[in-house]
Amino acid sequence: MSSDYEYSDDDADYYDEEMMDGTQDDLSMDSEDDMDMEFGGDDFKTSPNGKRKMYEVDYESLSQPAVEKLMAEEVEYVCNVCGLDDSAANLLLRHLNWNKERLVEKYMDNPTSLLVAAGISVPEPTAVPSTSRTRSTDNASASRRSSRGASRLLTSIGVSKAKSPVTSPTLSYHTPRSFKPKLNEPFVCPVCFDDSPQIRTLALECEHTFCSECWATYLVAKIRDEGELSVKCMAEGCAMACPDPFIRTLLVPSPRSPPGDPQQEIDHAKAWSHFQELQVRHYVASNKRLKFCPYPGCTNTVSCPSAADKSSLTTVVPTVSCGARGIGDQMTQSQPQQSGLGLAGKEHKFCFGCHIESDHKPVVCGVAKMWLRKCRDDSETANWIKSNTKECSQCQSTIEKNGGCNHMTCKKCKHEFCWVCMGPWSEHGTAWYSCNRYDEKAGVDARDAQSRSRASLERYLHYYNRWANHEQSAKLSLDLYVKTEKKMEDMQITSSLTWIEVQFMKKAVEEAERCRMTLKWTYAMAYYLAKGNEKDLFEDNQRDLEKAVEDLSELLEGPIEPENIPTLRQKVTDKTVYVQKRNEIVLEDTAKGFLEGRWRWNVAVDGFDDPADVVV
Amino acid sequence: MALRRITRELNDLGRDPPSSCSAGPTGENMFQWQATIMGPGDSPYSGGVFFLSITFPTDYPFKPPKVSFTTKIYHPNINANGSICLDILRDQWSPALTISKVLLSICSMLTDPNPDDPLVPDIAHLYKTDRARYEATAREWTRKYAM
Repeated sequence: MSSDYEYSDDDADYYDEEMMDGTQDDLSMDSEDDMDMEFGGDDFKTSPNGKRKMYEVDYESLSQPAVEKLMAEEVEYVCNVCGLDDSAANLLLRHLNWNKERLVEKYMDNPTSLLVAAGISVPEPTAVPSTSRTRSTDNASASRRSSRGASRLLTSIGVSKAKSPVTSPTLSYHTPRSFKPKLNEPFVCPVCFDDSPQIRTLALECEHTFCSECWATYLVAKIRDEGELSVKCMAEGCAMACPDPFIRTLLVPSPRSPPGDPQQEIDHAKAWSHFQELQVRHYVASNKRLKFCPYPGCTNTVSCPSAADKSSLTTVVPTVSCGARGIGDQMTQSQPQQSGLGLAGKEHKFCFGCHIESDHKPVVCGVAKMWLRKCRDDSETANWIKSNTKECSQCQSTIEKNGGCNHMTCKKCKHEFCWVCMGPWSEHGTAWYSCNRYDEKAGVDARDAQSRSRASLERYLHYYNRWANHEQSAKLSLDLYVKTEKKMEDMQITSSLTWIEVQFMKKAVEEAERCRMTLKWTYAMAYYLAKGNEKDLFEDNQRDLEKAVEDLSELLEGPIEPENIPTLRQKVTDKTVYVQKRNEIVLEDTAKGFLEGRWRWNVAVDGFDDPADVVV
Repeated sequence: MALRRITRELNDLGRDPPSSCSAGPTGENMFQWQATIMGPGDSPYSGGVFFLSITFPTDYPFKPPKVSFTTKIYHPNINANGSICLDILRDQWSPALTISKVLLSICSMLTDPNPDDPLVPDIAHLYKTDRARYEATAREWTRKYAM
């Protein structure tokens, strides 16, 4: 939501938002808070409602029809500029991955070769004058075609705009020229060899005629099994593409036509809707400002222009939500009151900038990805190394002692040392096989070196364990949520509180889960932050949030005594407000740091200055 | 639909058989055929008779038939299992193609292998670098397995 939505009146703002886009209600958690007037809704807000917070990005959720509308606009643009009709423009855009600038450029350069390459017009057997740049020649060629009796794919602007996409399809795609000469002998479909006189025949402009049943079966196979975006003519080696109205004619029965085989009609309808979804997906994939919701079964799209550019990902974390909730059959369009931690209420939150399918605020994509990669590669290995190996006290090679005596000889540098005290073997004298010489100077030095090399491993494990712990705790909050619901029921029975008044528990659990996600990623961030004042401040904020969250969790886990409910309610409510504020602080400050370029890393991160070049 | 088309193709093959190829069902099942190809005279496969198995999918001709060699053959585009790397049997398949056309394509592939899209890279490499040795091996395999 941009600042355009700022009004003095909170309520007007809220409703305005609702009217602008009903699917966006839960972009900000504030709208959920509005549901909960009971415990002084305003305390929950740290910034005015409707105003975008620093750590949020502008985005818009689009349903499939909305994306189709965007596509139609692009098609119309191409129609107007190039003087083509809808279906030709559609095929051209598809052919060039919806890059309309390139399309117009190529079209102006050589329309014939582009139309042939996209399978819109038949390649001329003779040399084609490739210099036809003006529209008049275009129209000339169009009229030449139509005089030949082929379908009118090339038409002038006026005609194409007036023409509705689907009109008496059988006639418009039928090619009389190839059909008429064969009237003397019965037509035989070259695919199914059906020669009954009643069969309906169709052909594209290339005049390869087949029966409509074969066409339909072919289209269903191509769309359903191969996910084909642009279906070619059935004839061998023919590059003509089937225009959308042609496909529609075959797959969507016209209301006048007699009812056919119901199973077949279902298959056809499915294929047609799958075909439309394929087109939308292709369009979305071709457009950097759009991203398809990664949740299974969801067909929504999110538009986020501010994160379209890779370079913006060093300053913003584009967490977006497509507006739908739930997974598979349980999916619903968003309803704030239905929110919850169960699968049915799971918000389709994802990162626009990378493939991490959850919210990784406050850390930017580059760092988050680096951390996940490190965790995947290193965590188990690091744990094993820590418990099973030591480093050679001379060359620091990692050594596993898998048997034998304590007299070690490093394979790499041939250094001989004692496994127990890490001192040089030569100092052991005759005390072989038993090491009682702890205070030898060399041994102490070697252990120092060892501990230094272990420190980096320890450091990683420190961050990793906390990261993993918060992830685990956030997962467990699902259980906590179930328990909390039980408690809420109990409270309604044991006290005079009403349903609305016990909502504070649910609110608190949700808040705790949200904060744990933030906390989790702050550990990934802290691992890579360069030492210094900024990091200290960051970790102070992190500590405050962590402490607050742990306190809140403890309150929620505790038993409920009927006489204590008012106190508990007060405490939980206060704590929730506090936790939320702490979370805001961490998110706001980190986001601000990214915008200001305040954060310095201890390793090279994509898109940031190399830490070696930074003057400290 | 598939059955009618397969029957029709079988009739056409009987009426107008292509030179150097033959094909027909192995038994009662019309969806399972066997085909033979005579090694083209201008290739190292000359004199050999190669057997192929053809399996029609139930949605034939909208899906390509599965064609593979059952006779061992030394060729850059045919592997030890007899699998054939041929575009018209995969993404370039068109419902308007027939078994007769497919067999003719395989014949011409025997004369002109496509080493730039190989199924067996070693043979393709030999074909490109030492044609004489490739032909000698191909001839030997033909004598050994296809005569």
